Amino acid sequence: MKQRNHRTPGRARRLLAGLAALPALVALASPAFAAGPPTAEVNTTDLAVTDDTVKVGILHSITGTMAISEIGSVQAEKLAIKQINESGGVLGRQIEFVQEDGASDWPTFAEKTRKLLRQDKVAAIFGCWTSASRKAVLPVMEQFNGMLYYPTFYEGLEQSPNVIYTGQEATQQILAGIDWAVKEKGAKTFYLLGSDYIWPRTSNKIARKHIEKKGLKVVGEEYYPLGHTQFNSVINKIKLRKPDVIFASVVGGSNVAFYKQMKAAGVDFTDESPLLLTISVTEDEIRGIGGENVNGIYASMKYFQSLDNANNKEFVAAFKDAYGDDMVIGDVTQAAYLGPWLWKMAVEKAGSFDIDKIREASPGIEFKKAPEGYVRIHENHHLWSKTRIGRAQSNGQYEVVYETKELMEPDPFPEGYQ
Amino acid sequence: MKSSSPLSWLKSREGLYYLALALLLVVILPLALDPFRLNMVGKYLTYAFVAIGLVMCWGKAGILSLGQGVFFGLGGYCMAMFLKLEASTPEATAHQSTPGIPDFMDWNQVTALPWFWEPFHSFSFTLIAVLLVPGLLAFIIGVAMFKRRVSGVYFAIITQAIASILTILIIGQQGYTGGVNGITDLQTLMGWSIRTDAAKTTLYFVGVGTLFVCLFVARWVQNSKFGRILVAMRDQENRVRFSGYDVAAFKIFIFCLAAMFAGVGGALFTLQVGFMSPSFVGIVPSIEMVVFCALGGRYSLLGGVYGALLVNAAKSGFSESFPELWPYAMGALFIGVVLAFPNGLAGLYRRYVMPLEDRLFSRKPAARPARPEPARREDKTLPDHLSVEKP
Repeated sequence: MKQRNHRTPGRARRLLAGLAALPALVALASPAFAAGPPTAEVNTTDLAVTDDTVKVGILHSITGTMAISEIGSVQAEKLAIKQINESGGVLGRQIEFVQEDGASDWPTFAEKTRKLLRQDKVAAIFGCWTSASRKAVLPVMEQFNGMLYYPTFYEGLEQSPNVIYTGQEATQQILAGIDWAVKEKGAKTFYLLGSDYIWPRTSNKIARKHIEKKGLKVVGEEYYPLGHTQFNSVINKIKLRKPDVIFASVVGGSNVAFYKQMKAAGVDFTDESPLLLTISVTEDEIRGIGGENVNGIYASMKYFQSLDNANNKEFVAAFKDAYGDDMVIGDVTQAAYLGPWLWKMAVEKAGSFDIDKIREASPGIEFKKAPEGYVRIHENHHLWSKTRIGRAQSNGQYEVVYETKELMEPDPFPEGYQ
Repeated sequence: MKSSSPLSWLKSREGLYYLALALLLVVILPLALDPFRLNMVGKYLTYAFVAIGLVMCWGKAGILSLGQGVFFGLGGYCMAMFLKLEASTPEATAHQSTPGIPDFMDWNQVTALPWFWEPFHSFSFTLIAVLLVPGLLAFIIGVAMFKRRVSGVYFAIITQAIASILTILIIGQQGYTGGVNGITDLQTLMGWSIRTDAAKTTLYFVGVGTLFVCLFVARWVQNSKFGRILVAMRDQENRVRFSGYDVAAFKIFIFCLAAMFAGVGGALFTLQVGFMSPSFVGIVPSIEMVVFCALGGRYSLLGGVYGALLVNAAKSGFSESFPELWPYAMGALFIGVVLAFPNGLAGLYRRYVMPLEDRLFSRKPAARPARPEPARREDKTLPDHLSVEKP
C-alpha cells in the first residue's frame, strides 16, 4: 500500500508539459477555459454543477483487505480528472471530486453511494472493484439514478442502465485466451482452477463450454476458498493428469501461495508443460507474488503496462510522474483511467450532465487516446476492446505476444454459455 | 419489589432516562435529520439490539460472546431469504436458465429451489424464524458449552470460532447462500417497496418501537429475581451453584435471549440496508459489536444503545471527513475510552453527571452530604434502585 509522492516542482512542471498533448483530443466541445453553456441548461436534475465546477465521486476501498488492489484505480481516476481539468474541464467546468472509503466492506459501499448521490449530488461515481461491492451499490445507483463507471474485469451476467463497465466481461477475456492457446500452442486438455466465488465460477463455466464446443477436454475443475494457501493437493493432481493448460482464476493473496508452491514443486512455467494461462494476475498482483515465481506464465487481458503504442507511453509516463517510478499499472488501473474520460465525452456529446442524457449518449462513444489503444462503448454499456496475451517476465512485466485482430464484442449474457 | 404496578418504575429517574431516549429517537432525530441521515441512524439502531443482548449476557451474566454477529447474521439472512424470494418472481427472472429462483442460484447452476428455502415464502414463518433460528443455535451452543462448564475466555474463543465457521460455510455454499456477495437486490416487503424514503422512515420508527420492546423485556428480566441470580452468578458462580441453582440453565437462557435480540436486529438491518452478506457474520463485526457495548457501558442497557449509536455515527463521520485516516481515529477512540473510563459512557455518566442531577433536582438539599459516596454510583454489581431498596 505504498503511495509515494516524490513530486518536486520541476517534475510537476514536466508533467504538465507531458500532458499538453492530451488536451487536443478533448477540446472538441468547448475551447479550453472558456465558459461553458449556462448551468440551468446542462443540469436539469439538481446535480452538484455550478457555472465553473462539477462534482463527481470516487468510491474505492482505501482501507481493509481490498485497499492494495483498489489504490491503483483511485490513482488512475485522480490522474484522469487532473488531466481533464488541465485541458479545460467538462463543458467548461472544472471537476471536483469527493472521495469516500468503501473500507472493503460491502454495506459501507452502499452507504457511501447513498451519501454521494443524495447529499453530495455527484454527477458520476468512479468506483467499486469487487463484484460484491458492485452488487451492493447497484440498487442504490438505480434508485437515485446515478452513473457508475466500474473498472474491474468481471463475470458479466449484468447490464445496468446506471453502470458503464470499463473492464472486460468474462467472455472477452476467456474466449480469446482459449482460442489462442488452442491455435498457437496446440492445447488439447485443460485444468480449470479458481477461487471460490462468482467470478471464477462463471468464468470457468464459460471456459468449459467453449473448450467442450471445440471437442477438447477439461480434465479437472477446482475451487478454493478466498485466502486459501494450501495448493499442494491440486498441484499433485495437476502433475498426475498432465493437462496442456492450467486455466487459473485464483485471486488475491492465494496467488502468492499458489505460484510459490508450484515453483517449489518443481514446475518451471517457462517450459510450458503445462502452460499456465491466467485471467487474474495483473502487474499489480505480480508485485506481491514476485516476478521470479511467475516467470513464463501467460495472461489474457486487455491491457499490459508494456503495450507498445504512443497513447500508452504517454499514460505510463504521466502515471509514474504523478505517483513515483516504482509504480506498476495493471489492467484494472488502466480501465479505471478510462472512466472519467468516457464520462467527459458522454457529457459533451449529450451537452448535459443529466444522467438520462448521458446514458443515451454513451453507446457509440469512441476513446481513441485510450492507453489500451482504442475503445468504444457498446449498446450494452460494456466496452469493445482488444484482448491481448502477455507472457510474464521475471522483472514483473508482461511481454505482449498476441493481440486479437478485431475488437472483442462484449457479451454479458452469452448465449450457449450459461 | 415494593411497587404495586409493574410500570411504576417509569415514574422514577430511570424512567426519565428511557423517556429521554424515546424523545431523542422519536422526536428530535426525525425532526433534525434529513431522510438520508435518519436512515443511517435506523441502521445504527439495529446494532443497538445486539448491544442490549450483550449487556444482558456479558454485563449482567458475565458471559462474553465474541460471536454475536452469527445471530445478527442469521436473523438478517432469514429476512433476506424472504425478501429475495419475493423479488425472484418468474416474470422478474425470465432471462435466467431457471426462472423463479434467486439470481445467484442460477449463476451457480442450481436448478431448483433448495428445500430449506421453501418455507421462507411465508412471512409469518420468516418472523418466527428470525427469532427461533438464532435462538435455537444459541441453545445448542449453550447446552454444549455451559453444561460442560465451559466459561470465560474459552467460551469467548469458541464463539469466535463459530463466527468464523459460519462465514466459511456461507461463502462456501454460494449456490444456496449467495456466497461473498450475499443476498442482494431486495426490493419489496409484501408488495411494499422498502427503498423509498417514506419506507425507510417507517422502518426507522418500526425499529425504534421494536427496540423499546426489547429494552423493556431486558429491563424486566434484569430486575426480576432471575436477573439478580445472573449477577450473583457472574460474581460468585460456585456459591450460586451450591445454593442449588442450575447455573447452566440460567446461562443458556440469557445467551438465547441475547441471540434472539441480535436476530431481530439483523432482520431489521436487512430491511434498512436492502441486502445481507457474510461480512456481518464474521469475527470482525462480532468484535465491533462488543466494542459498542464496551463503549456505551456494559452494565447499562441504555449505555449499550448509546454506544451503538455513537460508535457508528463516529465511524460514518470520521470516514467521510478523513477517508484515509479514519481507522486511526476509531482506534484512538476505542483505546481512549477503555483507558479513561473502563465502565464506558454509562460509568462516566454515573460518576460525573448524576451527582450534578442530584444537586439540581434533589428536594432535600440538606440530605446531600449524608448521601453515600460516589463509589456507590460506580457499584458494578447492583443497579441503583436495588442498592437503595430496604426490606
